[in-house]
Amino acid sequence: MMEEEEAEESPPLSPSVIEGTEEVTPPLSVSPSTIRVTEAAQDGELLTFIIVSQKLSGTGEYHVDRTYEDFDWLQQHLFSLEDVPGIQGIIFPPLPARAQQNAPVKLVRQLGLLATGETWTPYCRALGAYLQQVAGHSLLSRTQHLETFLTSPEPPGRQKVKKGLFNRLSQAVEGIRKGRPHQGTEDVDDFFRTEREHNLSLTGLSRAAAERFLEVVQTEQKIAVACGHFAASLQLCVEAGDDPGQETFSKMCVKISEIMESMKKNVQKVAENDVTTLGLGLDLECRYQEAEKEMLFRRTCKLVELETASRNAERAKPLKKAAMDGDQKAAEKDFEQVSVVAKQEVARVQRARVAVLRQALVRWCELQILTATSSAEQWNQQLLAFRGPARGPGPSS
Amino acid sequence: MNPPPFPDTAEQEPVFSDMRDGDSDEGEDIFLGSSKTGAESPSVPQLNIKAETTDLFAEQASSTAPTVGLGTGGSSNGVQSDDDNDLFSDAHVELPTENASSSTPSGPRPAATFIPGTADMQTKSMEQLEEEEAKDTFDVDVAVTNPEKVGQFTPIHFSLHNVSHYQSSTIKFNLYLCFNNVLNNAIIPFHHYNWKLYLFLSAGDGMHAFMAYRVSTKSTLPVFRNKEFSVKRRFSDFLGLYEKLSIKQSLQGCIIPSPPEKSVVGMTKVKVGKDDSSSVEFVERRRAALERYLQRIVAHSVLLQDPDVREFLERDELPRAVNTQALSGAGFLKMINKASDAVNKMTIKMNESDTWFEDKFQEVENEEQQLRKLHIVVDSLVNHRKELCGNTAVFAKSMAMLGNSEDNTALSRALSQLAEVEDKMEQLHHDQAASDFFILAELLADYVRLLGTVRGCFGQRMRAWQRWQEAQSTLQRKREAEAKLLWANKPDKLQQAKEDITEWESRVTQYERDFDRISVTVRKEVLQFEKEKAKDFKFQIYKYLETMLQSQQRLIKFWEAFLPEAKAIA
Repeated sequence: MMEEEEAEESPPLSPSVIEGTEEVTPPLSVSPSTIRVTEAAQDGELLTFIIVSQKLSGTGEYHVDRTYEDFDWLQQHLFSLEDVPGIQGIIFPPLPARAQQNAPVKLVRQLGLLATGETWTPYCRALGAYLQQVAGHSLLSRTQHLETFLTSPEPPGRQKVKKGLFNRLSQAVEGIRKGRPHQGTEDVDDFFRTEREHNLSLTGLSRAAAERFLEVVQTEQKIAVACGHFAASLQLCVEAGDDPGQETFSKMCVKISEIMESMKKNVQKVAENDVTTLGLGLDLECRYQEAEKEMLFRRTCKLVELETASRNAERAKPLKKAAMDGDQKAAEKDFEQVSVVAKQEVARVQRARVAVLRQALVRWCELQILTATSSAEQWNQQLLAFRGPARGPGPSS
Repeated sequence: MNPPPFPDTAEQEPVFSDMRDGDSDEGEDIFLGSSKTGAESPSVPQLNIKAETTDLFAEQASSTAPTVGLGTGGSSNGVQSDDDNDLFSDAHVELPTENASSSTPSGPRPAATFIPGTADMQTKSMEQLEEEEAKDTFDVDVAVTNPEKVGQFTPIHFSLHNVSHYQSSTIKFNLYLCFNNVLNNAIIPFHHYNWKLYLFLSAGDGMHAFMAYRVSTKSTLPVFRNKEFSVKRRFSDFLGLYEKLSIKQSLQGCIIPSPPEKSVVGMTKVKVGKDDSSSVEFVERRRAALERYLQRIVAHSVLLQDPDVREFLERDELPRAVNTQALSGAGFLKMINKASDAVNKMTIKMNESDTWFEDKFQEVENEEQQLRKLHIVVDSLVNHRKELCGNTAVFAKSMAMLGNSEDNTALSRALSQLAEVEDKMEQLHHDQAASDFFILAELLADYVRLLGTVRGCFGQRMRAWQRWQEAQSTLQRKREAEAKLLWANKPDKLQQAKEDITEWESRVTQYERDFDRISVTVRKEVLQFEKEKAKDFKFQIYKYLETMLQSQQRLIKFWEAFLPEAKAIA
């Protein structure tokens, strides 16, 4: 039962931003909201994900298999897109951390809520959400890489990458990925000043909330295990015998064992609900905030660049003045473009995260009610079985 | 600092008067002498598990909501106290029981049919079942409530000044003697100067205080003076009662329920006035345990007729029981093991006519071990639930903070609401943990101890047998002695020998009779016990199911209330 994540629609960008692009890249041939990671197949240490998407033309589906390397390949290519002015201002859809079977403790902790539970389902959903976000982003979805990723039968990341490209990639990645907050720099823009503060606080709070929620889920799992333990131990108490006292007692043990089994299943379901709804939601919220933090940092770097260029231009000797002025103008334009994109991205992400949280909360609530209702019904049945017929030899044990 | 005027230290009376436990009248030998069993045939003393703190036996005025109806919301018992004893406010729900009349042996009927004592509940089908069974109107309802701290002394400050060194050490010695009983755990700080000795004892409500419980009884039995009455008892009184019962010859072989264990750590915390949740829990745990202890005693038809039991329930002031040292947890276990060891380490192998006793003893031992293991597992479940409580509370706080920082109004409100719902969930988990604990864990713990007691009964029977055997060998020796005297022709000693023989012959007869009697008792008791155990477990499971059902119903309510808030996010 895959939950469909809402695809995020980004607002149309102003003409000045896409001015630079001459080439019209073909749009994505799949419908973004239909992209799903349906399963994770395990082959030793290697995890392979099956990705399904519907063709826009409505004539069928694409089924491809990808590994985490492929996802990484995609992400890195997105970072290094050319001809996207103000790319530094984009809040990139956050890719979940690498998952692997028998991961070391540190990695498991990194994955947090995505690594709880018996199956890879939550993780697959997170990957699916990532792809939907990329596919739904008006700027990022146009890249050929995404098309290849989603439709090509051949895994893209395993192709040999040209060395030159690699260097540029790694530089770009380095530039994009730096997340250290540049607190010293005062911001010129009020909007961004408040946004940076806000983002800083939300990053911490959302991470705390996700971690607390993870602890809740883990404790629920422990309770399920304890219930199972109890149920199993009770079975050991059952002894065959013709002693009527013993027989009644054995029946009691069996009954309690059944009840404990039911309780175990109920708690497991509760934990599962938790992870697949609010858990995913909080996890995504954390990653959104982190991604925004990275973007804001990049923008601040640009600001620093601009300020440096301005100073240089001021101090430049007449010989170099023109060049410095040119540099300054370029830096100004760059910074402006980044800021424009950044503003729009902030609004986009704000809408997206509210939608995500809404859906998570609503679904979580609904599932809680559903699970509790079925559980209550079960207890009811048990109680009725206990009481037995109204008049008679008592409860049917 | 000016120490308060120094009271006369020379005659410091001990803080507690160590009164000897005035031995109450030993009850008549119920087994042989009492005719009560025959005539009045108290059947089905019914027990009501009530632990409310107010107006104990007030009629349950609220409508009797069907316990198995969904969507009717939480129970409407009327005594739905959210703070404490929430668990027991639903305890009046009827217990499904078997129609035991067919399988009951003659004499006192199985006692552990837990049904509500009030007439209100007649509407349920289970009520009608009970009506059919209970021909007589005898019933004894016992409840233990209102634990309250009784502080006996106001703060005491001592100071000795201008006292020579020699004198001061003597006085110190005397003082320590006096307070020894009381201040086992207290640390008495004192400052000793050259010639001044200040001794500060701020006893306060510290170690002098004790917990008093209200024991309320409601009964139609004519043996009691009133129909409803209550007394104040302290923990050592309960221990004292057990002490008295367990040494009675007349009750040999009976399965006498044991009181809860002493706990120095637990009580010390309570005494020094710690009001934290663990102290509250400790008191509640003890109160509930004392209640179950009494309920089991009055459910036992033989014990109910014991004058010590009646005195415990009725008498306004009980002489303080002092010989309660043996009844710490370790002490109790030692006592039991000593008794059952008698069965295992027998020098003379007993020739059982039927294997019932051997088999049953083995069964009891096995079951005790199994229940011990189960108890450990349930304990871990309880701990995890408590952990969940804590985690939920912390999570709630983090969501509240997130809500506060959120710009989007609807989302912010929803997150704050979520925090409130999670706070309610914390309470729910707490109640579930209490349920796990008080219904399941304590049940298992009680039966581990009870099974230990059963083992002890087998041991008593064994000792009775040994006594008989030993008497027989003594008799044999006496006869041989007589023969020797005859042969040696010493007529003067012969008379004594003949008297000895007569005496020991009657002893042998007596001990044989004792042994037979105790065998019968043990057998009957064990069968009774097993029936009651099955009923007890059944009742507890029923109660547990009910709490779980209610828990789910509450949960549904919380989330149904929250759903619109979540949907309102835009």
